[in-house]
Amino acid sequence: FSENLQCQALPEKVKIVEVGPRDGLQNEKTIVPTETKIHLIDMLSVSGLPVIEATSFVSPKWVPQMADQVEVMKGICRQPGVSYPVLTPNLKGFQAAVKAGASEVAIFGAASELFSKKNINCSVDESLQRFDEVMKAAKEAGVPVRGYVSCVLGCPYEGKVAPEKVAHVAKSLYSMGCYEISLGDTIGVGTPGSMSEMLEAVSREVPVNALAVHCHDTYGQALANILVALQMGISVVDSSVAGLGGCPYAQGASGNVATEDVVYMLHGLGIQTGVDLSKLMDAGAFICRSLNRKTNSKVSQATCKL
Amino acid sequence: MGNVPTTVKHCLSYEQLIQDYPWLRRWLLQEKEIVPTGVKIQLIDMLSGTGLHVIEATSFVSSKWVPQMADHTEVLRGIQRAPHVQYPVLTPNLQGFQDAVAAGATEVAVFGSASETFSKKNINCSIDESMLRFEEVINTAKEQQIPVRGYVSCALGCPHEGHIEPSKVAEVAKKLYEMGCYEISLGDTIGVGTPGSMFKMLQCVMKEVPADALAVHCHDTYGQALPNILTALQMGVCVVDSAVAGLGGCPYAQGSSGNVSTEDVLYMLHGMGIETGVNLAKVVEAGDFICNALCRKTNSKVAKARGRTL
Repeated sequence: FSENLQCQALPEKVKIVEVGPRDGLQNEKTIVPTETKIHLIDMLSVSGLPVIEATSFVSPKWVPQMADQVEVMKGICRQPGVSYPVLTPNLKGFQAAVKAGASEVAIFGAASELFSKKNINCSVDESLQRFDEVMKAAKEAGVPVRGYVSCVLGCPYEGKVAPEKVAHVAKSLYSMGCYEISLGDTIGVGTPGSMSEMLEAVSREVPVNALAVHCHDTYGQALANILVALQMGISVVDSSVAGLGGCPYAQGASGNVATEDVVYMLHGLGIQTGVDLSKLMDAGAFICRSLNRKTNSKVSQATCKL
Repeated sequence: MGNVPTTVKHCLSYEQLIQDYPWLRRWLLQEKEIVPTGVKIQLIDMLSGTGLHVIEATSFVSSKWVPQMADHTEVLRGIQRAPHVQYPVLTPNLQGFQDAVAAGATEVAVFGSASETFSKKNINCSIDESMLRFEEVINTAKEQQIPVRGYVSCALGCPHEGHIEPSKVAEVAKKLYEMGCYEISLGDTIGVGTPGSMFKMLQCVMKEVPADALAVHCHDTYGQALPNILTALQMGVCVVDSAVAGLGGCPYAQGSSGNVSTEDVLYMLHGMGIETGVNLAKVVEAGDFICNALCRKTNSKVAKARGRTL
């Protein structure tokens, strides 16, 4: 086994996609002032993170937390070499995003029909058609698009999700032109068992260097799942500073995995991330103070108290 | 696909795959209020009905040092022992061993350290001196055919010394194994380990002690316990220590978590198709019981999620 592990080269570098300002804050109950969001993104920008998901161009009617999307995009201090993708659910959102200065966008599909209907009120195929418009416009404008697939390891409504379904949706997004597909364990039910099964199916359809994992820590499995993904060749990991963003399907339970804990593990494995852990923890401490809540990062909890 | 499926097949060939310890002794040490004997007994009885094979019941240290364990004899006598379940107890010296046997113990455990400073601060003697002490216990235990489990603390880092050389861990583990311990549990006492340091440490230890005599005891202080356990499983370790509800904070990082939760470990193992013989729902119940009794929240994410899923 130890020989297997040694031969199974882990990636030398991992790209961390920081989703705290969007995915994290979107799932926090407190509405965060625009200046606080901007300050958080600015702090993250100097921590070495290469990608920071800044905001979302959905209708503020549905997601009031992201109502200040334009001010945030215009207010942040962009670091050279750092990407600031934004979520764009449709063409209108895409156009508003580009107008506000976005230079990368993201679209969202689901591997579960029921989840797609309940979340965005249409079937998976209908959602992919909707995104087709966005893809065309993005190609013309030279704007890269990242694709997300949710419910890859389980659905709050359907329960088990077939790996082949995940592969089908991932392949569709990739074929449409998404440069990278982030596979999301939306309710955190996955384990190293289901993660490896799913990745095996998906990597038959999408090259592994175009894949990312977005693990939730609702059942404490995120880091173990990320480790397995790395062993299978994945080198892009989504996470959220301070583990911001609870799980909307298990009230009070945690959601996103904490960036600090991911970085701690990666550095312990000798994997380069370019991230300065102590600056990252500073950003986490800042946003937790602003939200008047405790961090979900165990590394932050431990480090502050030794 | 990686070597995870191979590991699963490998582990499935073991009869008694996972031994889970609630670490009553350890976590109760952290609890400030003395837990009533009746509560301890009820917890152990509930755990006995879950399918767990090994439940570390109490500790025969002097009650002067560890008042929480003062009722060790009543606990050992009060529990309802399930058939096929072991109830080891900690015995730091010959006196403790003799008291344990008199109280009905049929398995004991001794505790070494890979760090000299930790050994001195924790049990007031050097590693070598502690080995002499344990040798007495192990030899006496051999005569009475009582199995002895050995622990090595600070296997991945020490609160005083910082980095610990894997070769030192291997040296202490080998010593305990050669003296007669049937199993050596390697403890990441302050939870600083990662899959990187776990891999290096186990690689070294496995040169001296066979994999099937090793266990890992991971703390979750930095959230690394499950990936560390996964790494150990991939390297052939098939015994895992954990604590119901993840109780037992870290004495070196106040307010931080310590032991990994048995519920979270089980969820991962079952999700990988690894048999443990343990009923997760019953462990969650036992965890709920002790958390209510202690008026505190569980540290188990699985228990938290299950309690609140829509």
